[in-house]
Amino acid sequence: MRGLSLLLFITVANEATTDLSVTGASVPPELEVSAAPAGTSPVASRYVPEEYGHPGIAQARSAEEPAAPSTEDGESSHQHGGGGYRIVQWEWSYVQTPYIIASWLLVASVAKILFHFSQRFTTAVPESCMLILLGLVLGAVVLIASKKQPYQLDPGLFFLFLLPTIVGDAGYFMPARLFFDNLGAILMYAVVGTLWNAFCTGFCLYGVKMAGVIDEKVNAGLMDFLLFGALISAVDPVAVIAVFEEVHVNETLFIIVFGESLLNDAVTVVLYKVYISFVEVGPGNVYTADYFKGIASFLIVSIGGTLVGLIFAIILAFVTRFTKNVRIIEPLFIFLLVYLAYLTAELFSLSAILSMTFCGIGCNKYVEANISQKSRTTVKYTMKTLASIAETIIFIFLGISAVDKSKWAWDTGLVVSTLIFILVFRAVGVAGQTWFLNWFRLVPLEKIDQVVMSYGGLRGAVAFALVVLLDKEHVKAKDYFVATTIVVVFFTVMFQGLTIKPLVKWLKVPRSTNRKPTINEEIHERAFDHILTAVEDIAGLNGYHHWRDKWEQFDKNYLSKLLLRKSVYHKSELWEAYQKINIRDAISVIDQGGNVLTSARLSLPSMASRTSFPEVTNVTNYLRENGSGVCLDLQVIDTVPGAKIEEDLETHHVLVENLYKPRRQYQSHYSRHFMTVGEKERQDREVFQRNMHNRLESFKSTRYKRHKKDRSQKKRKGSDAKEQDTSDKPRRNVSWQDKDPVVVPMAPEEDKHDPPEPDKDDDVGITFVARKAPETPKERPKSVPAALDGCQSPVAAPPSPTCGEKNLPWKSGMGSLPPCVSVEATKIIPIDLQQAWDQSISSLESLASPPEPQHPRVSAVSSLGGPVWTPAKGKSGAGSGSNTGSPSSLQFKFPTGKEDEEEGTLSQRQQEMQALMSSLRQPPPPATQSAGKRRNPCVYLRSLVTVPPSGAEPQSRKPTQL
Amino acid sequence: KKLNISHSQITRLYSRFHSLDKGENGALSREDFQRIPELAINPLGDRIINAFFPEGEDQVNFRGFMRTLAHFRPVEDNEKNKDLTSGEPLNSRTNKLHFAFQLYDLDRDDKISRDELLQVLRMMVGVNISDEQLGSIADRTIQEADTNGDMCISFSEFTKVLEKVDVEQKMSIRFLH
Repeated sequence: MRGLSLLLFITVANEATTDLSVTGASVPPELEVSAAPAGTSPVASRYVPEEYGHPGIAQARSAEEPAAPSTEDGESSHQHGGGGYRIVQWEWSYVQTPYIIASWLLVASVAKILFHFSQRFTTAVPESCMLILLGLVLGAVVLIASKKQPYQLDPGLFFLFLLPTIVGDAGYFMPARLFFDNLGAILMYAVVGTLWNAFCTGFCLYGVKMAGVIDEKVNAGLMDFLLFGALISAVDPVAVIAVFEEVHVNETLFIIVFGESLLNDAVTVVLYKVYISFVEVGPGNVYTADYFKGIASFLIVSIGGTLVGLIFAIILAFVTRFTKNVRIIEPLFIFLLVYLAYLTAELFSLSAILSMTFCGIGCNKYVEANISQKSRTTVKYTMKTLASIAETIIFIFLGISAVDKSKWAWDTGLVVSTLIFILVFRAVGVAGQTWFLNWFRLVPLEKIDQVVMSYGGLRGAVAFALVVLLDKEHVKAKDYFVATTIVVVFFTVMFQGLTIKPLVKWLKVPRSTNRKPTINEEIHERAFDHILTAVEDIAGLNGYHHWRDKWEQFDKNYLSKLLLRKSVYHKSELWEAYQKINIRDAISVIDQGGNVLTSARLSLPSMASRTSFPEVTNVTNYLRENGSGVCLDLQVIDTVPGAKIEEDLETHHVLVENLYKPRRQYQSHYSRHFMTVGEKERQDREVFQRNMHNRLESFKSTRYKRHKKDRSQKKRKGSDAKEQDTSDKPRRNVSWQDKDPVVVPMAPEEDKHDPPEPDKDDDVGITFVARKAPETPKERPKSVPAALDGCQSPVAAPPSPTCGEKNLPWKSGMGSLPPCVSVEATKIIPIDLQQAWDQSISSLESLASPPEPQHPRVSAVSSLGGPVWTPAKGKSGAGSGSNTGSPSSLQFKFPTGKEDEEEGTLSQRQQEMQALMSSLRQPPPPATQSAGKRRNPCVYLRSLVTVPPSGAEPQSRKPTQL
Repeated sequence: KKLNISHSQITRLYSRFHSLDKGENGALSREDFQRIPELAINPLGDRIINAFFPEGEDQVNFRGFMRTLAHFRPVEDNEKNKDLTSGEPLNSRTNKLHFAFQLYDLDRDDKISRDELLQVLRMMVGVNISDEQLGSIADRTIQEADTNGDMCISFSEFTKVLEKVDVEQKMSIRFLH
């Protein structure tokens, strides 16, 4: 008991610092700077907490006097025992503030653990209920122990720290698409609904008062009741999140209630402010102009708040564009700027919640794309942790505050009539607005939905904090209002929160399925969007899809260009979605299997080899994204200018399965030293050596087999080689087999051209040049085992024209991208690859036909794309260990070191490369597509755009590069 | 009309039809559609235009025009429970899905092959994504949807893979009552 009361040994002042310890971790001095002025906002104006100046321990000493609770002298008597030097000193006053804060957080967290011990219990009773009950108990304990209730949910603390953490989390992780799809309804409910509730409740309470139901002691006029109605009518985001999170209603329903609770802040703030001023000057002195001022104020508060949020969102997104060298503080920026959006809005007495919400929604897309995977995880967990703990504290303190009898005065009439009005007007308001909205909604809101929406109109801590903020001098009936608010909050959170789940079940409200979209859904839903946009255009309607498409164009053309990193900007959303899904799969695969060897299962020979590859890709992506793989750390992926091209190649995917085990071992070994680059390099080399060894071994064993096959393919090659020699252009139109021989000679070429290859690599390089033929096959056994097993004979997959089309793009592309040829080929279509390899090998064997015309281009490309390509190659090397021994090590440094100054030039080159590549790759599809079907003109145009460089670039470059 | 389109909508769409019909012959050609500027920047614009034309024809009259648009009428409550005596309405879930399916299925063999999928993907992603990446996406897509192992997505597989998606909502346009 004593320990408990010690824990409760917290003052309002302490709480203010509580948050500094919570948010303070991420909030440097700027916070203090803007926090102090923020206190001037009307909402929190009267509660400028005195303790903001003492966030750290250093200052804690100076904070001793204010921190020492004057009320708890009896408790704190055990401070300094006596004079003289003592071995052990009791420094309670020194650590008091943070100690109590930490204790509170501990109590809250332990309480959470306890609640979740019983699964059955938690499914029935929402956590918020339990927390309030716990708060009540704790409050009672303190009351009994100290005869006084020093703790209360302090509005300053609440508005400046607790609320932002929750709103920030809500805004940042708001499902933007869903939100904007339902924006109309949300705004309607938030603005019209809240106004309706506020006025109706206020007027009716006044009427009831006139009728004598409310006791005479409640000294309140019309303005007071309107004020009370305004603060009690707003649906509370904290309560809604807490309760709805556990109910799992369908998304639309959730987003409407949730969005309403966030967006009604502007209405609440304005109404509250307006009425407060009216109450203060007295109802008699209010002129008509003041009402219009109120309306203007509403517009300014809401639009201004939104704008502030969006401005900060843009700043934040823009900042994260440049954090690639300081990954560690990426999350900090997010917390800081989102919080600053809140504080800035408070500073100008705009709607802070709106500001923060829109900052979160606005920046999410760009920030998430810019920051690294690790930062993403950090942000997610930190935000959730903060929000969760803030929510817990809010509910506990709501409970504790309720115990304090001195703060409130009871009037049954007021309480009961308020409860009734709130419920009735909420229901009526929802029904009326829904009826109106359903005229315009594509999917009408059903009766059931309306019931849940009315019932889900929970009031919470915002109302409580606002009512506590009232000035008793002006609002005489404050104590009654406080009591009523507490009852209303408790009723809605506890009773409604408790019963909403059974209600939802009983009404059979469609529940949300916590299901991640599959790649099919991603693709097809995108297609649906395009279809709908097109149909709207055809039908001549400027509907929702039309404008959304317009926005997306704008976003793509301007915003994304400005706010996204170059490497990110060029990636397709679809590809991102694909990768995300793959990572998810990979994680689940690893989770299930536990053993790395299970990855072998992915590429079982029994499976069609083609289908097995995406799975392998998963693992790679996963490792790479986690940045702890051997050659796949974050820096490389995200900071190398050529990251996009790296992505394009993904050369190592196939080989990963071979390397997988060693990599895993290493990963666990030094993922701790994630940041130490030097050590990693050393280990890279080790791994490479090991891999090289393995590869050579396996090559020896399989080499002869290979040769046999090669010979069988020889004939075809002969004809091909001739065609190569003629020129590049006809080559493009040649059937796909013809291209393969071209490709392979280049691999050695490229290796030679690559200047910065270290010694170890050179050894291999020599064997390369000397015996080209053996070299290439060497790679094959490692890279294509699955393919070989799965489909033994090339004949099994006859090169149909369709097949050809698939292959063509990258095969022709190979001409320009020698290093990755092999891997690429294996990766996509092992069957075809086999042929390709055989052909290429045979072409090498003959040695008579090194396609001369190719060389200039190859060298041009390799030198042109030198820095860009090395990473890719390094990767392939890392994956296969067959190409090159250690380019990876230098490749790591090279781009990261110079990327900044080189970004411009590199990206330029990159674009050129891209153009080159695409030009090489593009042509085939039209050829095959022309088989009767028309091509989309715009797409065709795109390919056209990139074609000219293909003609121009290689030629223009040849002289210079050679 | 049997398509359940209200009179005002018909009037409205008819005027739209006429404004599109530059040839003034009561039928729209492909060129008429292609003249719509927004459609030119729509990645799937051409496929959708094609969907308006019955197989082998180059003209579509107002009836056919409306017929296609009727696919996008929202499903109304009273229709959900209605018995299907008069055949399935055009805006049924299946028909909506089939419309989308046909955009992929170029050769109309009721299967989306890998190539067909790749073509559509290529239209939707632009040039920034490599064919290899696209290929792996396509592979994965097919792999995920393909239940009978023929490396194609049949219509039933297509339906199945999207069964959790609210197609009625996502393939409907508000003003086509």
